[in-house]
Amino acid sequence: MSEHCMHAQFTVNGETVDAQVPVRMHLVDYLRDELGLTGSHLGCEHGVCGACQVMVDGQVVRGCLTLAIQANGKQVQTIEGLTESRELQQLQAAFLEHNAFQCGFCSSGMLLTALEITKHHKKATREEIRELISGNYCRCTGYQAIVNAIESVLVKSTSKSGAKV
Amino acid sequence: MNAPHELPLQAEVVATQENYVGQSVPRSGAKKLLEGRGTYLDDLRLPRLVHVVYFRSPHAHAVIKQLDLSQARKQPGVVAVFDGHEVAKFCTPWVGVLGHLKGIRSAPQYAIAPERACWQGEAVAAIVAQTRRQAEDALDHVLVDWDLLPVVTDMEASLAGNVVIHPDLGDNKCFSRELITENFEAEFAKADVVVEKVYEFSRHTGVTNEPRGILADYNPAENLLTVYQGTQTPNMMQDIFSRHLGIPESNVRVICKDVGGSFGIKVHVYPDEMATAAISVMLKRPVKFSADRIESFLTDIHAREHKVKIKLACTHQGDIIAFDMNDLTGIGPYSVYPRTSGIEGNQVVNLTGGPYKHKHYKAKLDVVFTNKNVTCQYRAVGHPIAMAITEGIVDEAARKIGMDPAEFRRRNLIADDAYPYTFPSGVKFEKLSHHQCLDQLMTLMDYKGLRQEQANLRAKGIYRGIGLAAMIEVTNPSPAFYGVGGARISAQDGATIRLDPAGMVNVLVSVTEQGQGTEAVFTQIAATAVGVKVENVRVITGDTAITPYGGGTWASRGAGIGGEAVLQAGKVLRKHILDVAAAILKVESATLDLVNGVVVDKLSGQEQMPLSEVGRVAYFRPDTLPMNFQSELTVTRHYTPREYGFTFTNGIQASYVEVDTETGFVKLLKHWCVEDCGTIINPMLVDEQIRGGIVQGIGGAMFEECMYSEDGQLLNGSMADYLVPMAGEMPDMVIGHVQTPTKTSELGAKGVGEAGTAGAPGAVMNAINDALAPLNANVSVQPFTPQRVLAALGKI
Repeated sequence: MSEHCMHAQFTVNGETVDAQVPVRMHLVDYLRDELGLTGSHLGCEHGVCGACQVMVDGQVVRGCLTLAIQANGKQVQTIEGLTESRELQQLQAAFLEHNAFQCGFCSSGMLLTALEITKHHKKATREEIRELISGNYCRCTGYQAIVNAIESVLVKSTSKSGAKV
Repeated sequence: MNAPHELPLQAEVVATQENYVGQSVPRSGAKKLLEGRGTYLDDLRLPRLVHVVYFRSPHAHAVIKQLDLSQARKQPGVVAVFDGHEVAKFCTPWVGVLGHLKGIRSAPQYAIAPERACWQGEAVAAIVAQTRRQAEDALDHVLVDWDLLPVVTDMEASLAGNVVIHPDLGDNKCFSRELITENFEAEFAKADVVVEKVYEFSRHTGVTNEPRGILADYNPAENLLTVYQGTQTPNMMQDIFSRHLGIPESNVRVICKDVGGSFGIKVHVYPDEMATAAISVMLKRPVKFSADRIESFLTDIHAREHKVKIKLACTHQGDIIAFDMNDLTGIGPYSVYPRTSGIEGNQVVNLTGGPYKHKHYKAKLDVVFTNKNVTCQYRAVGHPIAMAITEGIVDEAARKIGMDPAEFRRRNLIADDAYPYTFPSGVKFEKLSHHQCLDQLMTLMDYKGLRQEQANLRAKGIYRGIGLAAMIEVTNPSPAFYGVGGARISAQDGATIRLDPAGMVNVLVSVTEQGQGTEAVFTQIAATAVGVKVENVRVITGDTAITPYGGGTWASRGAGIGGEAVLQAGKVLRKHILDVAAAILKVESATLDLVNGVVVDKLSGQEQMPLSEVGRVAYFRPDTLPMNFQSELTVTRHYTPREYGFTFTNGIQASYVEVDTETGFVKLLKHWCVEDCGTIINPMLVDEQIRGGIVQGIGGAMFEECMYSEDGQLLNGSMADYLVPMAGEMPDMVIGHVQTPTKTSELGAKGVGEAGTAGAPGAVMNAINDALAPLNANVSVQPFTPQRVLAALGKI
């Protein structure tokens, strides 16, 4: 079977991709195999584990359930880009400080979910954080260190914004 | 017991020396994993790389009448196709037995089954293509004519032997063991009270987030095989590739980059990985295999399918007299190579009743073949079974005589001053701390307060339960575990430590890193032993061409064995550095010390020179040193535990749950664990290691089950159908510690990787049954799904 391709244009971490994209190829496969961005991982390839997460137009998506062609006209950000832009800096520091990872395979996806929490759920309780990260599988930690790390970033940002008021 | 500050990790008069052992230092070298810069197996790419996928048997037991690969060979991008006969010419079969498991048997197992598939998922053909997609596309063009054979999936049916999987063996028994202490029957008969119960455990699996993978790269010019593999045991695999592919051991190099979780899954020999290495030799080019999730569920080792009948005999006063247990376990069609599938059941025999001081014990074990995926050693090997049946029946006994379960345990746990102690199964404990752990747990969880809260809520129709589970855990195995049985698995580990010219300390260790923080704790030990800051230490693991020979990571042995080797090597390097500095300064080396990477005068503390100066002179200007002086700034040391068969750790866990008696759902409210892993090197890492272990134990107790149909079809081979613990269902966990360092090593670390998993299922089970007790309901089949809880309540 020869590959059916379609033309697509999108950006990945700010760089333009202008290419013929196999229509059946998933976004995470395209990022890993064609662009060498191996920071997004393949855990289950059916949308449960969350290791493949990337951002498309600012929203976290499963890279294994999104076709590469669906990125046409959109902006894609990966763990590599979000590290470079320092958007994840505070969370990465908190994850290291709290030992909120072990093997690190889930971390790329987990950090992206955490970033969404810090953006859209600034007042999340521990229980709510647990619920919000329940789409990301971590086999190594007991999740508690991850909750602690995210909570610590929320507490810092709340106390900062609180000071302004 | 040594307090941590008494440990001789520092030279004398080093009050200013920073001791990293015992400190929660953030993991060195792990930041890359948070930035997407790790290198997991599937991230590797080599020139001329091709991809292999396997055609797997859709049947649990069937003979290959005809295998037609001709159409698959013609598909776009396909480089080669192979059947089992072709691969067998390059890779000899194996039999998973060990000499010290008397009578254990298995059948020869091939990299690719040449004639018969014995479980659904066993590989029967290989397709190699330029891309994985092309190889997977070609799978649809493999044609097989099967002759279906009778299937046996049930353990008891297997034992009965109406269907025999390997006719040459005569029946389905892989291994049996019986153990009975002297005068057992007479002593058992003296009991006032006997409680008896059957516990069942469903098979589950590791579900590492990163699936298994291997990239084999054969270079015919040098007859050199380089294997990149997500493995816990590079040297064991080096030996196995060498022997089964017929390549000299020194020509096989196994490299283990970052590993996305292992938990025992990645410590075994897998047929598809052996086949991939063989195919690389056959094609003389790099070949990669990366399992996808369904392949992981079908072929990653499963574990813990057991049915155990256990009896406890005790007095009216609550003194345990004896345990009597009978374990039946089903392991799939082959005993897994080279560690065997007899070890898990054997550990259940060794460890049942482990925390208690009874003198009498009887055990019987039957390990049988079935037509399901193979089972083998998975995190906490046998402990979750042994601890759950022990702690379950202990609670039954306490209930029967009307004694509080904590009090019952206090009465029966081995006294803290009774060591060294030989347990009825024959295992020896150097020094455990059950009572200290129990006391600390009672305080930590406010046991009395919690019991009060439970009683108050029960009056309101809310059913909460408290469950306790004392535990012991095997760690740091001596050669008695595998080596004496003929397995070429090293019980020894080594560390090579080197001062580089710029003053950095480079450490090579044979223990591997799977994310648990091995490299970080070695960094802390090395920094402390040498006398430098952690940021000046680099640790390298996982490369048989450069690291010392050793056993790798399994049985909670990394810190205790590898750590001791690092400590000893580091101490000698420190001395050698001071010898060089003394030669430069023309003083006695005894007058010098090394503190935070600076050579100082021992008495005044005055700085003499940085390590970069020691390195500069030693490496580039040794002409300025005395004629008869040779610096030795690379040191290797090894360590093997030998005094005891195992180092044992101990601890106790508690679970607090609420059972919804209408829906059968169990909510885990909180979990506690007090653990004694000896010297703690990094408390933050230890705590989350225990928590992760607890969650994995909870997974087996509450959610995880590889469900098979009667004809051997796996019914839930996706993560949507096979449930794993996610953050939302998990409770906060409180961890406490007692530290009883082992005196068999200077470091005193006993290991902690599996303790959480060992005790959690028993604690959760006991909590659920405590909640259900007023309703005269009781669960004993793991996982405790809502369906099973409702069935216990008689509601379905």
